[in-house]
Amino acid sequence: MSQTAVADSDTGIPLRELARRHGLSAAGKLPSLPEYSRQLWSYRHFIASYANAKVTSSLGKTRLGMIWQVLTPLINATVYYVIFGLVLSTARGVDNFVAYLCTGVFIFQFTQSVVQAGIQAISGNLGLIRALHFPRASLPLAITMVEVRNMIASLGVLMVIVLAFGEPITVEWLLVVPIFLLQSIFNAGLAMAAARLGSKVADFKQLVPFIMRIWLYGSAVLYPVSKFAEKLDGWQLAVVEANPLLVFIDLMRHALMEDVHLAASPLVLWLEAIGWTLVAGLGGYVYFWRGEKGYGRG
Amino acid sequence: MADQREPTVIVDDAHVVYRVHQAGSAGTGSPLASFKRIVTGAKPATLREVHAIKGVSFVAYKGEAIGLIGTNGSGKSTLLRAIAGLLPVEKGAIYAAGQPSLLGVNAALMNDLPGERNVVLGCLAMGMSPAQVKSQVKEIIDFSGINERGDFSSLPMRTYSSGMAARLRFSIAAAKKHDVLLIDEALATGDAKFRKRSEQRVRDLRAEAGTVFLVSHSEQSIRDTCERCIWLESGLIRGDGPTEEVLKEYEAYVKK
Repeated sequence: MSQTAVADSDTGIPLRELARRHGLSAAGKLPSLPEYSRQLWSYRHFIASYANAKVTSSLGKTRLGMIWQVLTPLINATVYYVIFGLVLSTARGVDNFVAYLCTGVFIFQFTQSVVQAGIQAISGNLGLIRALHFPRASLPLAITMVEVRNMIASLGVLMVIVLAFGEPITVEWLLVVPIFLLQSIFNAGLAMAAARLGSKVADFKQLVPFIMRIWLYGSAVLYPVSKFAEKLDGWQLAVVEANPLLVFIDLMRHALMEDVHLAASPLVLWLEAIGWTLVAGLGGYVYFWRGEKGYGRG
Repeated sequence: MADQREPTVIVDDAHVVYRVHQAGSAGTGSPLASFKRIVTGAKPATLREVHAIKGVSFVAYKGEAIGLIGTNGSGKSTLLRAIAGLLPVEKGAIYAAGQPSLLGVNAALMNDLPGERNVVLGCLAMGMSPAQVKSQVKEIIDFSGINERGDFSSLPMRTYSSGMAARLRFSIAAAKKHDVLLIDEALATGDAKFRKRSEQRVRDLRAEAGTVFLVSHSEQSIRDTCERCIWLESGLIRGDGPTEEVLKEYEAYVKK
């Protein structure tokens, strides 16, 4: 029995020709971007129920269950309040520092948890990937959805905190919704990019905590934005102030608080936010799609 | 008559090479050694290549059930994963009608969730619509038989025995009509009663015009479900033909 025969023994035509004639497609071929998007859309129910399942299974073994979704941001805010509000009492020239700080922490945390979970979106689900065929972007998107749900609870807590520390409710609070939407899309892009990086280079996971910490210090979460303008100038300042998280945090502070010092005028910040959302959202999606057929190998 | 048969899977001189990143064998584990390797640009000693499939060609037709046999490490599971498009071929090509689905015993679902929710999740992941899923859930759970000893479907999957979990996974995958279904040892688990049911299901799937590949060490289940058999040894085909003939040769080889 010949092992290297490349022709079908029955008909004598080359196998490649046979495959073409019967319309068979090569395994592991990348679908086009519109086709991929269409597939992804038809898997929207899977994404939603997978996100649900993730929340249930991560909180399923705890006694308090879903209460943790509200409890986690509350405890988080309390820790920062105790350290910065009571122990250090560093207002550093910011009116209502607690509201200022909590807004920064919560908005930053949203992106941070998406990136951290996104890194593992592929590498942590190899079993599922190797068993079933679905557009792999479902996984980072589901993870983003989990964090979006958590963030909705966090935003509720944040608003209560801001109110409790004396900020009035104004019409500008409505801006929270578009900011949240933009940041969610921005995060989805980051999650997809992180998922592909994390699946290719396992070392990347070790670096993420440091990258996120640098990003934290560069986003004026723990101190006023004006500090940057005092210490930096020229292109350095431009780079720091173009930081997307700084933009999102500033916008959120602008929406929730009166008299807050911003890095730039609100209009500039809005344009920057929209720009970043498009770049990260589309870029992350295309980057992830390019690697679609490589996930699950190894 | 050969022209009447419709090929569903064509494997054309396929080679599969694994690249294995190994966590430190002797002398490669220290930070200094890693650093030296990066500086000198040497190929990492931790990277090894395993040539698992060395040029395999065959054509599978609509309605066939093909058994893959061979000793451990002969490349059976690798070949299945390559057909499923989960492993890249180094050389040659693999063509398939539609999207082949691989069903393995180690296909992980979510262990902290009840069986029932895993069924829903698995069906959605196979691309069913929520309405289809709803109508199928009960049937799938009944087929898997996990509720035979009480209401297990509402318990987390981590409480299942390995046989029960494997049965549920098989039932989920077999609920959908696949153009090409690849089964890796799945029938070996489960008791005699379930095996009988699953063999019947494999026959049904074939009747619905799909092609089934079955990797199993149980000669009996291959004999019962497949009429064609491919015998792989060290990444090469040693035999391809009617199950009885190939199995006879294989048995003679193994006994040697």
